[in-house]
Amino acid sequence: MELATDTHNGFAVTLRNLEKRFGDFVAVNRVNLDVRKGEIFGFLGPNGAGKSTTIRMLCGILEPTAGSGTVAGFDITRQAEEIKKHIGYMSQRFSLYEDLTVAENIDFYSGIYRIPAARKNARKEWVIEMAGLTEHRNSRTAILSGGWKQRLALGCAILHEPPIIFLDEPTSGVDPISRRNFWDLIYQLAGEGVTVFVTTHYMDEAEYCDRLGLIYRGELIALGTPGELKSRFMAEEVIEVLCDQPQEALEPIEQLAEVKHAALFGRGLHVVAERADDAIPAITARLKELNLPVNRIEQILPSLEDVFVSQIESHDRKEAPQREVAS
Amino acid sequence: MKFQRIVAIARKEFIHVFRDPRSLAMGIAIPMLMLFLFGYALTLDVDRVPLIVWDQSESPASREFVSRFAGSRYFSLRQHTDNYQGIERAIDNRDALIALIIPVDFARRIEAGRRADVQVIVDGSDSNTATIALGYADAVTLDYSREIIVQQARHQGLPPPVALLDLRPRVWFNADMVSRNYIFPGLIAVIMMIIAALLTSLTVAREWETGTMEQLIATPLKGPELIVGKLIPYFTIGILDLILSLLVGDFVFAIPLRGSLWLLFGMSLIFLVGALSLGILISIVTKNQRMASQLALVATMLPAFLLSGFIFPIDNMPLVIQGITHIVTARYFVTILRGIYLKNVGLGVLAGEAAFLVVFSALVLWLSIRKFRKKIE
Ligand SMILES: Nc1ncnc2c1ncn2[C@@H]1O[C@H](COP(=O)(O)OP(=O)(O)OP(=O)(O)O)[C@@H](O)[C@H]1O
Ligand SMILES: [Mg+2]
Repeated sequence: MELATDTHNGFAVTLRNLEKRFGDFVAVNRVNLDVRKGEIFGFLGPNGAGKSTTIRMLCGILEPTAGSGTVAGFDITRQAEEIKKHIGYMSQRFSLYEDLTVAENIDFYSGIYRIPAARKNARKEWVIEMAGLTEHRNSRTAILSGGWKQRLALGCAILHEPPIIFLDEPTSGVDPISRRNFWDLIYQLAGEGVTVFVTTHYMDEAEYCDRLGLIYRGELIALGTPGELKSRFMAEEVIEVLCDQPQEALEPIEQLAEVKHAALFGRGLHVVAERADDAIPAITARLKELNLPVNRIEQILPSLEDVFVSQIESHDRKEAPQREVAS
Repeated sequence: MKFQRIVAIARKEFIHVFRDPRSLAMGIAIPMLMLFLFGYALTLDVDRVPLIVWDQSESPASREFVSRFAGSRYFSLRQHTDNYQGIERAIDNRDALIALIIPVDFARRIEAGRRADVQVIVDGSDSNTATIALGYADAVTLDYSREIIVQQARHQGLPPPVALLDLRPRVWFNADMVSRNYIFPGLIAVIMMIIAALLTSLTVAREWETGTMEQLIATPLKGPELIVGKLIPYFTIGILDLILSLLVGDFVFAIPLRGSLWLLFGMSLIFLVGALSLGILISIVTKNQRMASQLALVATMLPAFLLSGFIFPIDNMPLVIQGITHIVTARYFVTILRGIYLKNVGLGVLAGEAAFLVVFSALVLWLSIRKFRKKIE
């Protein structure tokens, strides 16, 4: 397995114009991507963006409509079964057997991955310990909490120690502490040289990734490290406006000529503008007119979320005229 | 195919069955219930047909004639009446299925050596029973009239007339003509067909519905490993059902098994593979538990009950339908089980049926392996 990965110049995943259509609907639109070995690659996007569809094609369980790709050096259309030997996959839906106990689920997957008898027990104990399930090893999986289930699912997916793992929204619907614990595990695996391809729509998780791809309506619209994205993809400047009634301030601010767009952000607003120095006085003046008291207004460093909101907005602006022509 | 993976699948599938009371009930309790229910209820024998008599003659001769009916095991004399309304009422209420009306001049005519007409009225709503009852009535009457002729000849000092043709019936294979002996082997076949296909029809579809299949198809597991692994537990249940059925047949219904137990087992195992694979195939194609179980029911229950010759003799069916029965697997298994149970026939006679079962089972198994794809469509 090492051989195959190495022959591809250290890339664990390469995608060229990968496309998936369901009838007329384009779920994944000509995606190009390279994921380096040992990297934690985050795949970000809103609901329905095409994250799961892409990950399924990478795992060899969904046939692409067009384009090509390799995983661990194997072709995703012609060598799907080879890929399956070298990856671990955790699907978005919890997919262990709820009527089996923790230990039985692990035993089942060790059988499926044909873990040699000599290593079987050690792997099992490792998974149980890693998932913190020592006391629940003989409990039915159905009664476990979400965080436990997800760690167990991860454990079952990496029993055979694959060099690449695909995790599809592994932490959705899990409490913050469990999410932290889960990311500790991901770091631990990455530290051992495992490539981690993970989808999420949590921004704080995106910050943990080595590199990120932003997918929107099937298209990869931004790619880079979190730092790169914040500087390179963010030509505009971000202003934070803290006020008492942000909902009411939103519309008037967006209508200002100096402002590109604005969005609710926590207890305030994030306003994107060409130049903060021009926008801040304009906003202050407008809010004063409207009798909306401002607690604080200042330029801030953009967060990843700002980057993504701005990227999506500009993507929509570019697409909108084309769509009108088409229809 | 890797043994380790098949074992893993089979073990997990066993656990599903044992932890799910519904599948245990469907696998063991329902077949046994069906066996008892049909074993007791389904009999084609017609005995003790309820009889009502209107004896207008009221003579020793007529009383003797009636006693011939009452004394036979085929009739049971329920009522006497002296008018048509009585007969009508009895038949309407199903107190009687058949009525004898003996004319006033019955005794006089017989003594005079002339023909006496006895009227028989029969409730034709159950035509099968009616035909059989009429046959019995005919036989009783014929017997009595022959006796009278012999007696009269003796009185007149003549030699008794000799009947030129004499039918000497001898029944082979089911000498007591107990229809249960005939029905029971077919019943085993029908129950095994339905239960086997129903059981497996859920297994693959369930995994698609719960999402566990998405995880499985992303592993190196192969289709044939999955299918064989999934068949093993249900195969075991099928064998258990067969053994239980044989025991019930022997100890509860006292059905004699004349042929080889081993042949019976061998044939049943081949049949089981086919029926179970049919369920799996349906499950693979539909990917939906509800649709799969309904399809399995329609695909097995109707043909097995109606077209296998289990209750309705194939020879009496219209030619087109007879043609269709040739593709009903249960038909061959019914024939095989009956042959072994009743006639002690071996593979020599059953070769055709056995070959069909082998081909069918292999074909369905192969199809389900072909149809299973490790892809989301
Ligand atoms: N089998 C399918 N047939 C038709 N449409 C599909 C199919 N699978 C996915 N889609 C559509 O493709 C689009 C992308 O779906 P996908 O599941 O990849 O989104 P996602 O980014 O994973 O979203 P989520 O965050 O909701 O999981 C959606 O609009 C979805 O409805
Ligand atoms: Mg998804």
